[in-house]
Amino acid sequence: MRKPNEGGGPASIRHTWGMSEVPEPTHRRRAHTSTRDLERYAGLFAERTTVMRSSAMRDLMAITARPEVISLAGGLPDTSTFPPQSFAAQMTRIAQKSAAKALQYGPTEGFEETKDCILEVMGAEGMLPDHDDVIVTTGGQQAIDLVCKTLVDPGDIVICEAPTYPGAVPVFCSYQADVIQVECDEDGMRIDLLEALLGELRAEGRRPKFIYSVPTFQNPAGVTLSLERRRRLVALAREQEVLVVEDNPYGLLRYGGEPVPPLYQLDGGDFVIYLGTFSKILSPGIRLGWAVAPPPLMEKIVLGKQAADLCTSTLTQYFVREYFAERRWQRYVDDLVGIYRARRDVMQEALRMHFPAEATWTEPEGGLFIWATLPDYIDTNDLLAKALREDVAFVPGQGAYVDGRGTHSMRLNFSGVDEDEIREGVRRIGKVIAEQVELYGTLTGERRLPEPAAEAEPNVLPFRKAEEA
Amino acid sequence: MKVAVLKGGRSLERGVSLRSGARVEEALGRLGHEVLPIDVGADLVERLGTERPDIAFVAMHGVGGEDGTVQELLEILGVPFTGPGAAACARCMDKVQAKDAIDEAGLPTPGWFAFNQTAFREFGAADALGRLEQTLGFPLVVKPSRGGSSLGVKFARSAAEVPQALVSAFSYDDRVLLERFVDGRELAVSILGDEPLPVVEAILLEGDRYDFEARYEIGRTRFVCPAQLSAEEERAVIEAALGTYRALGCSGFARIDLILDDHGPWLLEANAIPGLTDTSLLPQAAEAAGLSFEALVERILDLALTPQGVS
Repeated sequence: MRKPNEGGGPASIRHTWGMSEVPEPTHRRRAHTSTRDLERYAGLFAERTTVMRSSAMRDLMAITARPEVISLAGGLPDTSTFPPQSFAAQMTRIAQKSAAKALQYGPTEGFEETKDCILEVMGAEGMLPDHDDVIVTTGGQQAIDLVCKTLVDPGDIVICEAPTYPGAVPVFCSYQADVIQVECDEDGMRIDLLEALLGELRAEGRRPKFIYSVPTFQNPAGVTLSLERRRRLVALAREQEVLVVEDNPYGLLRYGGEPVPPLYQLDGGDFVIYLGTFSKILSPGIRLGWAVAPPPLMEKIVLGKQAADLCTSTLTQYFVREYFAERRWQRYVDDLVGIYRARRDVMQEALRMHFPAEATWTEPEGGLFIWATLPDYIDTNDLLAKALREDVAFVPGQGAYVDGRGTHSMRLNFSGVDEDEIREGVRRIGKVIAEQVELYGTLTGERRLPEPAAEAEPNVLPFRKAEEA
Repeated sequence: MKVAVLKGGRSLERGVSLRSGARVEEALGRLGHEVLPIDVGADLVERLGTERPDIAFVAMHGVGGEDGTVQELLEILGVPFTGPGAAACARCMDKVQAKDAIDEAGLPTPGWFAFNQTAFREFGAADALGRLEQTLGFPLVVKPSRGGSSLGVKFARSAAEVPQALVSAFSYDDRVLLERFVDGRELAVSILGDEPLPVVEAILLEGDRYDFEARYEIGRTRFVCPAQLSAEEERAVIEAALGTYRALGCSGFARIDLILDDHGPWLLEANAIPGLTDTSLLPQAAEAAGLSFEALVERILDLALTPQGVS
């Protein structure tokens, strides 16, 4: 454990530099001392900050970081299998060959060599955009931010899936978008509902700025938009001149089933803005993602990027270039796919063993997540508190909705923990669910003793299937 | 003085506690004390033994730090500490115990029933739920007996909503409380030593009254301090709060939460270690009384070192 006042603070740096004439730095953590101060700042906050909220859930999530907690709450790829020797060799080569350049600013759009790597990755999924249509961003998250910055005025409509990527919600909110969510089922976003929604909006004289979708191995639901729906979505976008933002971090992480072409490929890049990332196929720590958009849009996105951070980390772009030069990136992805496929299978099996018959969950063919839905009398925010007492964590579903729904669902991650932990984590969650199911039965007088669904029929109820009937 | 700031721990309110602790540490530093921050864990006794602080500032919230556990330990070790003693903390933390004590002292608290899981699992208590309509009426509030910051607190607008609310409340504790809902002004009286500080009124700007999230966010709840009360109302509110403070055996400080309606004040609960974050009510009340956060912290230390008998 770190002891207080241990380690080198500013004083020891001064000592090393021998700069005794530098005045003792004054302690500057003093700003937030009184309510009056706080009110003074609050009066200065921009309108959009009222919708930017830290949440109590974040407080609870702080507890999930305890080492004894098995966290199925993260979205972390496994970086432990990346060979440290290769990493060392690549970084050494950069230092030897290109230190000055790697430590310098780079172009706002990103290096051409980085774009070569991006095109290789996109090529692996059948896409081949122009170099000029690509911008390198600081993670895929910045790509979402830049798209919003370019397109969204306060009050503009953004359509996304229900549930949607929880990390996109704060971005939409910070641009004061009016977010409308369209239900998903096991084949992804319900395009029939989307079509109806677009019709309603048109009748009201409103046009959405874009439709945000994670069509492949969706975060958080794990579902994939079917080919038929993809074709329909792309056609709709074209007919109605609405943009689709395709966020595809997981496309290459497929563990079963047939690949489905990305929306970008189906559309040819006229109405689809494509977002990608190296986070899930190499490393999220390097913060390298990208966006692909038609030239007029790209021009604005580049200006937005310039304002935001001038350029993406040069050093990590050099790293990617060096790494791709070894021509082993696809083998590494194959290795990850092998590891994750096994973990997904273990989680599916554990869910069948330990979750009560009342629960349903998705069966993803790729990606990092499974979405489980519990009976409507169980609030997964409260369940998390109970689960934490058993040293296990998941993400309550509420964060994936903008309107408070999702309180009966949870997101489970299978990429960031090993197989034994997945088994044990799911067992513990199953136990607390079973206790709540039994309690509810007692409370309502129906003594329904939970039966584990093992050996019974596979419990993979495509969620919300009923509504499609 | 060497002051150990106890914070964090394993409670669900760990996040709030870390913020309270950090703020106390800053203030102690500015006051010229030697600060020893301790994120409370298995090595607590060992660290207190080796570091030998003059006093412990307990900035923990929720189970473990606010329920008397840590206080009991400090009493055994003979380390003086801030806030109420172990027994008072235990009473405040357990809303059922607290309401019993408040009621016995003849102070008004909304009608309630308390159940533990055994009552439902083994004695068929579910059958008694039907009678809530006549006794408490709806809507009613369902709360875990031990828990803080509104975690697990739910409204039930009808009998049909009660089981679901109970399932949520039982996620936090084995005992839950069903309480008559009193619609009125939400007030908090912080008491320092045996002096009441100006009354704070919480006015929720949006969302549900019992929304955990709203409590710690600037912009969703507006706090008015001092609350706009008539002299008569203020007297009644402060009297009720002081009565509660004494009935529970508090010392040092505490925050009493109550609702004011046409019938007068209704006592809800006492917080033995109220939050000390930027948006917390005790510091706001102290400031309204002319005490800066540093002065508040210094006063809390003084009270701990020279315990005043509660008159």
